[in-house]
Amino acid sequence: MRLRERYPDAAEQWGDSGLWVKPESVLEVMKFLKEEPGLELNYLNSVSAVDFIEYFEVVYHLTSFKYNHSVVIKARVYGREDPAIPSVVSVWQGADFQEREIWDLMGVRFLGHPNLKRIMLWEGFLGHPLRKDFQDTVQY
Amino acid sequence: MPIRTEPITVNIGPQHPSTHGVFRLRVTFDGEMILDVEPVFGYLHRGSEKLAEERNYVQIVTLTDRLDYVASMTNNQAYCLAVEKLMGIEVPERGKYLRVIAAELQRIASHLVAIGFFLQDLGALGTPLMYCFRERERILDLFEMLCGARITVSFMRPGGVYFDTPEDFWPALRRFLGEIPSYIGELEQLLVENEIILVRTRDVGILPLERAIACSTSGPMLRGSGLRWDWRKADPYDVYERVEFDVPVGSRGDNLDRFWVRMQEMRQSLRIIEQCVEQIPEGPVRAELPLVLRAPAGAEAYGRVESPKGELGFYLVSDGSIAPYRCKIRSPSLLNLTVTRDLLVGWKLADMIVTLGSIDINMGEVDR
Repeated sequence: MRLRERYPDAAEQWGDSGLWVKPESVLEVMKFLKEEPGLELNYLNSVSAVDFIEYFEVVYHLTSFKYNHSVVIKARVYGREDPAIPSVVSVWQGADFQEREIWDLMGVRFLGHPNLKRIMLWEGFLGHPLRKDFQDTVQY
Repeated sequence: MPIRTEPITVNIGPQHPSTHGVFRLRVTFDGEMILDVEPVFGYLHRGSEKLAEERNYVQIVTLTDRLDYVASMTNNQAYCLAVEKLMGIEVPERGKYLRVIAAELQRIASHLVAIGFFLQDLGALGTPLMYCFRERERILDLFEMLCGARITVSFMRPGGVYFDTPEDFWPALRRFLGEIPSYIGELEQLLVENEIILVRTRDVGILPLERAIACSTSGPMLRGSGLRWDWRKADPYDVYERVEFDVPVGSRGDNLDRFWVRMQEMRQSLRIIEQCVEQIPEGPVRAELPLVLRAPAGAEAYGRVESPKGELGFYLVSDGSIAPYRCKIRSPSLLNLTVTRDLLVGWKLADMIVTLGSIDINMGEVDR
């Protein structure tokens, strides 16, 4: 994360490893980052989720092809029962499969995703395996 | 006499000789025209990301080999770069040069597989594939000299490469470098001027540039659509800033452009290897590291390389223990598949097989 000229007003805090954003304002922040001249982060490198036990952290890595700079944006989603965050598929379509995978393996729901189904595991699988507290039901 | 027709959904199942692995496609056809496509994957999901949380940093190198099993050197390189960023490790010079030589040899091998199977999908069953595989065998022999394994190499470690090259590696590499350009020329001459290939792949499966960028494609797919972007030039790692090479770019984003980009990238890889062979210094190949690697708690790093399929990235989060807390693998083949619907709807069945071949997916990477 190298260049950052100005930050939008929905941000929470910023540190060395990224800019933390409130989950509800993820969509506006992403649109701003994509379209703002001078930032123009038009490429989504990856969307990941990390399970820190009290919260899930959704991490977006963005790059701008025009200016060759990268940014890391994070959002903390609290709660384990039904964590949800707006989907950025309308901003970058590349988030499609990655958000489905996060729903499948971590259980974070993406609001506004057109096709939020399991992608790696089969329909009918119970649970979200990549969570830290996943207990496999099948005993070998 | 009018015939009653209706659209039919066909399952191009996970076991199929043309799907490049266990890839399933549910296609809705109207006659031979494709109306809708739904890719289904997960058949090779082995839980690599969860397994990585239970192995220490050096053991994960063997897990990374098996991601894109056709190009395992670059998988190792991406992972080792991420670990080195996480822990602030410096790699010695000879180690960096050896990494680049291995990665570029792997790029040639992976593109030979891609081109061979692309030609097989076009209908030339067997013979061009075996021409490509004959050259790939020579590269795999070089890998066997380097580290003992042909496919799942585990040659690189965090801090450099595993050990130095044997003495008979360098004459064999020079012999290879002397002979392979004529073989690539032979392949080019047989194929790029071939009218059947031109007619079947020009303007088929066009991916416009804005769509490619919006859908996070990378590698030859993005370059075939016209954007001259290569992570080896944009964010250089190892010794890529000291070697000169060009980045081939297509103009139309059709199958022929992607095929052509891969052929030219093989020639550029040969240039890089020749320069590295001249520049490589003597010295250690691996940094002196403790037996058990730990990273500071809360540290994280995103390391990426330009693998033959695209941008392969590892996002590592550490909590201070001997294994990463989270190891997320950003796989190029999975994201290149985002454009499947755009590339296939409206074309015919025969084009579908060829277009899937030109995306060059590898299911080990898609499913992890």
